[in-house]
Parts: sequence; C-alpha cells; structure tokens
Amino acid sequence: MQVKNKISFFVPDSENAIELPFVGGIKAGFPSPAADFEGDTISLDKVLVKNHLATFYAKANGTSMIGAGIDDGDIMVIDRSLEPTDNKIAVCYIDGEFTVKRIKKEKDCVYLMPENDAFQPIKITEENELIVWGIVTYIIKSV
Amino acid sequence: MYALVDCNNFYASCERVFQPQLNGKPIVILSNNDGCIISRSDEAKAFGIPMGAPEFKVRQELKEKNILVFSSNYPLYGDLSNRVMKILEGFTPHVEPYSIDEAFLNFDGFKSDFDFTDYGLQMKSRILKWLSIPVSIGFAETKALSKVANKIARKFPNQTKGVYVIDTEEKRIKALKWTKIEDVWGIGFRLKKKMIAKGINTAYDFTLPQYESFIKTVMGVTGLRLKSELEGKSVLTLDDPTEDKKSIAITRMFKTKLTDFDEIKERVSTFAAVCAEKLRKQHSCCHSIIVMLVKDRHHKNDGSRIYFSQMETLPFSSNSSLTISSTAISILKKVYQEGERYSKAGVIVTGIIPENQKQFHLFEEENPKHLKLMKVIDEFHAKTGERKIRLGSQDLQHTWKMKQEHLSPKYTTDFKEILKVKCK
Repeated sequence: MQVKNKISFFVPDSENAIELPFVGGIKAGFPSPAADFEGDTISLDKVLVKNHLATFYAKANGTSMIGAGIDDGDIMVIDRSLEPTDNKIAVCYIDGEFTVKRIKKEKDCVYLMPENDAFQPIKITEENELIVWGIVTYIIKSV
Repeated sequence: MYALVDCNNFYASCERVFQPQLNGKPIVILSNNDGCIISRSDEAKAFGIPMGAPEFKVRQELKEKNILVFSSNYPLYGDLSNRVMKILEGFTPHVEPYSIDEAFLNFDGFKSDFDFTDYGLQMKSRILKWLSIPVSIGFAETKALSKVANKIARKFPNQTKGVYVIDTEEKRIKALKWTKIEDVWGIGFRLKKKMIAKGINTAYDFTLPQYESFIKTVMGVTGLRLKSELEGKSVLTLDDPTEDKKSIAITRMFKTKLTDFDEIKERVSTFAAVCAEKLRKQHSCCHSIIVMLVKDRHHKNDGSRIYFSQMETLPFSSNSSLTISSTAISILKKVYQEGERYSKAGVIVTGIIPENQKQFHLFEEENPKHLKLMKVIDEFHAKTGERKIRLGSQDLQHTWKMKQEHLSPKYTTDFKEILKVKCK
C-alpha cells in the first residue's frame, strides 16, 4: 500500500471550470462597485475535495465514532491518495468488513480506535487481514 | 517512447474496489441484459470459464464452482476508467484512451536515459493505491511493440512486477519470437489462419523479408505499417482525440419478440435519440440515417430474408433528437411489415461531420429552436445523470428495460448508492 514517489506530480484541475457570468446590457452611469466581484462563488466541491481522482464518498452506519464527530448517517469524504499516518481517521477493511476508526500506531503494532466508550479498540495482529482503504478528510452531516 | 497501459480484468477489478471480499475469488461479469461473459477474474479464468460464453450455458458450472456473477455496471466502470485516464495524464500530457480499459501514452521529449521501468512502476502503484485497479504497462519505441511489451508484463507478473520495457534490439527480437501471430495487434482470426498457412507463426516471422510481398497482398499498406512498427520504426502516432467516430450505431436485441408497430417504433425512436445524444456529445452532426430490423429467425424458418434495412439522407446535417428520431421512424415505416415477428432493431448514423462545419442550406434548414432545446435537454440529463426527458414517440411505459439481476451499486455516480461503512 505504501509507495513513496520520488517526483511529485500535480494534476491540473480541469474539471471545475469557473464560468464567468455574462454581464448584460451596458448602461451609462455609475458602475456597480460589486461588478468586479461577480462570479466569485464558493464551490464546496473544491473545498472538500483536494484530489478528485482519488476521492470517494461513503455513508457512516453506527455510533462507534461519535466522539470524532461521525454520527450515524453522516457522509464521509474519503481521500485514498493520503498516507495512513498515526491519528488519521481511516476507512478500513478488516476481516471481511468495512469500518471507520482512528489509526493508533504503537511501537510494534497498530490499533484501530473507536471514539465511543461502548466500543473496544481493535488490535491488528498478523492474523488480521487489514486494508486501509482511504483517509477520511471531511464529514458532511445534516442538522 | 510509447506505452500501453492495460487494466487487468478491468470490470472484475472494478467490482472489487468496493467489495474487497471478492479479492482472490473467482468472479465473472455479464454483458448487457445478462447475456454472456465479458470479463473474468484470473481465478475464473483458471477454472476454464470461456470468454463470451452465454450465461445460460455455463450457469450450472458457475454455481458448482462457486463463481460469483455480476451484471455489468457501466456507470461504475466508466467513472473508474475516467479516473485511470486522468491519473495517467499526471505522468504525461499525451494520453490516448484506446478503450475503456486501455490507453496509449507517448513520452516524446523525455531524455533517452530516462528510467521508464521506474516511471511505469510509479504509475502502476498510484493507480493501485488511489483506485485499487491493477494495471500492466508495456513500454517500447512504437505502439505495436508497446502492445507486445504489455503482453509480457501481464504474462510474467512475478518477473516484471507488471511493467516491461523493450529498449534494446535484443529484447525486441526475443519479445517478437515469443509473441504468437494471433496476439499481434490487428491480426484477427481470419488473418491468423492465412498467416499460419503461410508459415508465419510468430510476430518475428511477420517481420522477415521473405514474407513482405505476401503481407502486402493480404493486408495492404496496413500490414506494411504493422511490420515497420514491429521493427521498431514508429509509423502510428497517437490518434488525435479530436478525431471522432465516422459512424455511431445503437442496435439491440428485443427482450421479447415484437410484432406491434408502435412498440418497435418506441425502440427505434429511443435508439435514434441516443445516437443524436452521442453526436452532440462529440460535437458533430450526421448526414445519413440507417434503420435496420431483424426478423425472428425461428418464427417462419423458410429461409427467407430476415435482415431489412434502409438508409435516408437528410437535406441538412443534424444532431437533433427530433429530426433523427422522426427520420428513423419514417424509414421504419418502409421496412416494417405487418404481422411479422422481429427480434432486433438498430439505428446507425453516418456521414458524420463536425458541428462547426455544418453547411447552411438555401432551401431547407432545421428549425433553429432544436439546437436550444437539445442543449437544455443535455444539460438537464448531465445534471440528473439519467435520460429523463424523452420524445413523445419514446416511452410506452415499458421502455427499454435491461435484465440486470446481479447488479452492484453505482458507488461513484449515484449519491443514494454510495458505500456504507459500519461504525461498530
């Protein structure tokens, strides 16, 4: 899973072109002071998705991560290009199931930590089949 | 330097991205309508399940061997294919998607001592990490040789790690001697038989001078080009991606045999609308429309003609769904025979020219309102991801329904179907 590239590549974002608004019939008189700022809109897509080629969405199902702000039914933004470093929240595939947990790296082992006292940490041993599928970067929830 | 990047068992690999439990398990993917097998995982190949086998013929065998079956999930495959192509563009700006799971890359301007093996391994590992799609990559001086190199990378994953570079004369000769003639790019079944009859068994034989005139006779200039390519002299460049298809065809088997004109009309109208949409997508117009209709072979097996088609040329070139659909229906009226049972229909549009080369006509012109209407329809469909706006001649409630009994969720293209992750 871990691959270090010698060269960094930057993929230009050609997907989200910002469309310039068409400013209609030009009239004489005092120009609108806001005209220069027309067309600046906020794109959540751009804020939430740093690398759209490696980003996927998933829905959280359960309460084991409520301490980290992930509630039942929340949408998680997952970036698969990020490295699973200590303390990151990751979508993992372990023993035949997807789960979301915080990665805790100890000296010789790795724990998958829930953030809800009602749940137990999972110690990863050699017997476990673990795939760190991607790193959770944002949580989208409805209030 | 060229490279051919090929996704291994692409559709099967796509199914595994969101279902890692399928890793290491034999799986097969069925074509549209769950017809026949179009993709197999390595494990399913090892069981000897043949490519293209009709599902009903191997159903029992699949069950006995615990091979998992999936309907084709084109929204998912299409999205992942786009991502693969875009990732490759991060390595070179010259990427030519060759099919949904293959792309030719060009590395003009890279230094001659550049480490392509290492570069290939970086591409492979990035696509694997970001998308969980395994690929094989072959590098060589020509496109045809990069295909040969790709085959070697795919065939010997342990030695090559999935990346093989033909960069010396010795490697080229060795590779060509290893490559069977039928595995050479552009050598189909019929050519293979001719080649073997003549004594050309490998790609290397193909390049020998004594066969040159034979190749010229049976394959013409294409054969000589292929020979140059295999000799390492590049004659095929990357296709200009702006070069569009010369014809577009939508043909489908009916789910049940049809006799009623209105029902057949509905399908022909739908196929025509899809053709028009494809034309608009590539910013081109068509000049001629062909409608074909195939009678049910088993209905009256008296050896009479079962295939009927007619072409009509438009007075102006068009990509309007309204024009193409109404023309298709008027052709259908001519080929349709009352009381016959039909099994298949198709619409083919040809005489394709770029939209901006559309010639204006003195007497007959398309209603300019079509253009605006089509734009609105296309934008709406792009937004909703479904073809919801239809022509009056389409949709008799029971429009085209594909048989998809083993369909996985549209994980990447439908918000309602995204991956569910348990928090427990």
